[in-house]
Amino acid sequence: MNRDYQKMWLDLGLDLNAHDSLLSSLETGYRDFFLNRKNRPEEMAYLDFVMSEVHGLRIKELLNAKASGRKVIGSFCVFVPEEIVLAADAIMVGLCTGADFAMAEVEKILPRNTCALIKSAFGFKLSKVCPFLEAADLVVGENTCDGKKKAYEQFKQLQPNLYVMDLPQQKTDIGREHLQSEYQRFLTAVEQLTGVEITAERLRHGIDLSNKKRAALARLARLRAADPAPISGLDALLINQVAFYDDPVRFTGAINKLCDELEVRIRNRSGAAPDGAPRILLSGCPMAVPNWKIPWLIEKAGAVVVGEESCVGERGCRNLVAETGTSREELMAAIVDRYFKIDCAVFTPNPERESHIVEMSRALKADGVVHYGLQFCQPYIIESMPLEDRLQKQDINFLRIETDYSMEDVGQLQTRLEAFIEIIS
Amino acid sequence: MRCAGIDLGSRTIEVVIIEDGKVVVSRQTETGFSPVEQAEKLLAGEHCDRLLATGYGRHLFADTYDRKTETVTEIKAVAVGTRFMFSEADLILDIGGQDAKVIALMPGGRVSKFEMNDRCAAGTGKFLELTAMSLGFPLDQLGQEALKAEKELQINSMCAVFAESEVTSLIGRGENRHDIAFGLHRAIANRAVSMLKRFPVAGARIAFIGGVAINPCVCRLLEEELQTALLVPANPQMVGACGAALIAAQAI
Repeated sequence: MNRDYQKMWLDLGLDLNAHDSLLSSLETGYRDFFLNRKNRPEEMAYLDFVMSEVHGLRIKELLNAKASGRKVIGSFCVFVPEEIVLAADAIMVGLCTGADFAMAEVEKILPRNTCALIKSAFGFKLSKVCPFLEAADLVVGENTCDGKKKAYEQFKQLQPNLYVMDLPQQKTDIGREHLQSEYQRFLTAVEQLTGVEITAERLRHGIDLSNKKRAALARLARLRAADPAPISGLDALLINQVAFYDDPVRFTGAINKLCDELEVRIRNRSGAAPDGAPRILLSGCPMAVPNWKIPWLIEKAGAVVVGEESCVGERGCRNLVAETGTSREELMAAIVDRYFKIDCAVFTPNPERESHIVEMSRALKADGVVHYGLQFCQPYIIESMPLEDRLQKQDINFLRIETDYSMEDVGQLQTRLEAFIEIIS
Repeated sequence: MRCAGIDLGSRTIEVVIIEDGKVVVSRQTETGFSPVEQAEKLLAGEHCDRLLATGYGRHLFADTYDRKTETVTEIKAVAVGTRFMFSEADLILDIGGQDAKVIALMPGGRVSKFEMNDRCAAGTGKFLELTAMSLGFPLDQLGQEALKAEKELQINSMCAVFAESEVTSLIGRGENRHDIAFGLHRAIANRAVSMLKRFPVAGARIAFIGGVAINPCVCRLLEEELQTALLVPANPQMVGACGAALIAAQAI
């Protein structure tokens, strides 16, 4: 990554030494996992550029936008409605939670047995290495799992501009009303922060931008059903990860262009993996940058990942907001409708998720499902056990793995994944 | 046609060479700290037409010894090796130096499902090794010594590290070391049984392989708890290498 941004990073309050070490491990990882691979679509060059400037040019863009009066809102979850943020001409960014950082410091605040994703958010904050977090005018936390909801109580001490959004846990009428009132409260908070009155027209514009981005990601997801798969799982995951950071309009254009290229590749039967390579659907916990461990291991073993039933993936891009409403109330109701369909494991019960995994696995012609659970993530790990039974009854091969961000279990995981791939081949 | 299989495990390395469907060479050595060198010594002077590597060191071996070497997971290798020895087996319990697995076989011998323990050495050969050391028994006598127990002590921890402190407190309470050893064997057997019970275990013919299958106390406790006779090969540590050699032979 370009190092000409030192003054900008210093002004943001980053710890330059720690940040340098983060960037160099990111660079090495990116080279090994992405740049050195063969048969990548040419349009991935856009993603490579975005990644090379993720803490550089992109941050500069955010700071320029801030200088012109726009606001930056950071989020940790796909339940935070981007439509409302965009309607106020603010910028939404996903926050870093994909790597272990400053664990010794984190474990002074959080118990050791906390999931790696939560610990990671604290690690980036405590070691002052995330420019997105430092550039944010408002950081939105959300009451999803117990781990996150209790951890936000501590996070607030480190990040005074933290706003916590409450979420329902059941798909009932009361649950829907609750989500609606929380989104209304969020809309007011965004209006106060930005000084912009979110009119129906503005809201429609926000919905339009988000819908177009989701539609581009959904188009990419559908193209992966082709055999041979036109794009590797690693590249597709990266695209879904970058969706949280990049400018939505520019990103949508780039992904549609990439999809045009993939359509040509499909016509020419030119794949990222050889014809007949075993196809795997990944399901479970989200994988934030730079967490590429599992798809890397799967694809190193000769299979190809054809979908991510995950927040960074299907859960993030599935379902669009209906654009039929005219009043602000109607549009807000349409937003609530879309988000209330998210089949996150914090909901109880959560039967939609199981049927959607079956549906995805059939549509993408997957040979097997690998369930990725982060250690100590109770909602997903508990769901994975009955899931295994039910999917096996439908003759879907299923492998459950539990891991974290460290590389110490790579040998074990490799054996499991290779053996699973031997079974489904 | 001579086909060899090499199994690079965490504690031992085995080589099996098969010629015309018969095992003609079967050798074992310690893994030590330089597995590839140890493997080279084991293979020295042996000609073979095809070599297949398995075990946790398979990729290291393939990358450094001979880039043409193909690899197979130990799960597939022991499945093939077990069926060669016991054509009737439907479940395999494999407890090695640092992991424990259960593998279910389909009627034709293919793997249908498997479970493996997580990243620690709980309930594996390493656990027995630490036990033998802290109780002052030679490892190869540990099972026999445990069978001399007069009463059963309960060991709660399956973690190799925590169990050791539990053992220390039992020693401090004046308990007999044979009884403590027996309790530790019971703990291993219980863990293996709970792993097996995630599979259709009723009426299944279960093969027990890996280094821990040499231990007579673990075998007896498992047979008692499962109420069935286990299929234990004469040399339970050679199954992986044998399976790899067979897969190499099939592919030609």
